[in-house]
Amino acid sequence: MAETTFDGGAQAAPHLRRAALAGAALLAVFAVALFAGARYGVLLAIGLGFGIALEGLRFGFAGPWRALLLRREPAGVLAQLLAIALVAAVAIPLVSSGGGEIVGAHAPVGWAMVGGAFVFGAAMQVVLGCGSGTLVNAGSGNPVGLLALPFFAVGSFLGATHLLWWTELGTLPVVALGGTTGLLATLAALGVVAAVLLALAPPEARRIPRRLVIAAVAVALLALANLVVSGQPWGVVYGLGLWAAKGAAALGADLSGSAFWSAPANAARVEASLFTDVTSLTNIGIIAGALVVATWRAGGLSERLPRLPVRAWIAVMVAGLAMGYSSRLAFGCNVGAFFSGISTGSLHGWAWFAAALAGSALGLRLRPLVGLEARR
Amino acid sequence: MTRRVTAALAAAFLLALAVFDTATAELDPYRAPPALALGSGLASGGAHCSALPR
Repeated sequence: MAETTFDGGAQAAPHLRRAALAGAALLAVFAVALFAGARYGVLLAIGLGFGIALEGLRFGFAGPWRALLLRREPAGVLAQLLAIALVAAVAIPLVSSGGGEIVGAHAPVGWAMVGGAFVFGAAMQVVLGCGSGTLVNAGSGNPVGLLALPFFAVGSFLGATHLLWWTELGTLPVVALGGTTGLLATLAALGVVAAVLLALAPPEARRIPRRLVIAAVAVALLALANLVVSGQPWGVVYGLGLWAAKGAAALGADLSGSAFWSAPANAARVEASLFTDVTSLTNIGIIAGALVVATWRAGGLSERLPRLPVRAWIAVMVAGLAMGYSSRLAFGCNVGAFFSGISTGSLHGWAWFAAALAGSALGLRLRPLVGLEARR
Repeated sequence: MTRRVTAALAAAFLLALAVFDTATAELDPYRAPPALALGSGLASGGAHCSALPR
C-alpha cells in the first residue's frame, strides 16, 4: 500500500514539474512579446525550439565531426548537410530576391577568417561543444559547457573589438552564390561532400538514423523561421559578444575606441535591450530550451559531475576564450558561418568548413592531453 | 554532486542576465518592428556574426 502511494507521488511529481516548465516557457515568450514586441517573442520561441530540438534529439556539430574524424561515421554530418540543403532551397532564392528585408550570412574569405575557423575547430573539439553546442551543454547542466560559456562571450567581445585589424591582413571580396544557379551549385556541392563521406564510411555506417533526419528537418524549419521573422540567418556569436560588451559598458569601459563597437549599428545594439537583439534572444532560448528538456527528461539531471584535473578546467576556460575570439575572425561559428553561410550561398561557409575540419583533427589530439578524457 | 546544481546555475545565469538587462536598457513595444521581416519593407539590422561594421 505504501509502495502504491509512493509510486503515485513519484508519477505526479514529473507531471507537475513538466507543466511548470511548459508554463514558464510560454510565460517568458508572452512576456517578451508584450513588453518588447511580437517579433521578439516569436524569436524567443524559435530559440526555445532550437534548444529543445538540439538537446531533445541529440543533434549537434562537434560530436558528429569527432565521429567522422575518428571512426569515419558520417551520420551526424550527413544530417547537418541535409539540414543545410533544406534551408538553402528556400533561403538562397529569398535572399536573392532582393529588397534587403532578408540578408544572407555573407562574409569575405581571408587569412584571419580561415585561421579563425581552424582555431575554432580545434577549440570546439577540446570542449566538445561548438557555438550552439556550448549553449545547449550549459543549459543541460554540463559543467564544461557552463564554464566555457562566459569565456566564449568574452572572447567574442574581444575578437569583435580587434576584427578590423585582422581583416586588414588580407581579405577577398565577398562571394555569394545567388539565384537558381547559386542554389543548384550549393546543392551539388553538398551532394558531392555527402557522396565522399558515404564512400569513405564503413558499409554499416552508411545511413542516417531516423532521429537525426527528424532533427535535421526540425532545425531547418526553425532556421527558416528565424530568417523570415528576423530578416537574418541563425547565428550565435554576435549575441554572446554583445552580452560581454554590455557588461563591459556597465563596468565603465569606453567602447568608443573600438571601430567595431562604435559603428552605429553595433553601438545601438549595446544601448538597446538584449530582448530586442535577434541572436541574444535565440541564444537565451537555446539555453532555456536545453534546460527544459534536461529537466523534463526522467533522470536528465541525475548524472554526477565529472571529476576532472585542474588543468582540464583551465583548458576549458582557454578553449572557451579561443572559440569566442576565433569565431569572430571567422565571421561565425558552426552556426553563423558553416550552417548559415553555406545555406545562404556564402563562399566563406565552405572555407570555414574545410578549415574547421582540419582544426578539429588537431583538437581531437589536444583533448586527452589536457585531461578531458583518457589518453588515446 | 549532480547536474541539478549546474542546471540551477544555468537558470540563475539566465535570470541574472534578464535582471541586468532590464536594469540597464528600456523596452518599448510601440517602437517594435513588424512581427515578420519578410514583407515588412524594412532593411535587416545587420547584427549578425557575418556582418562587418557599418
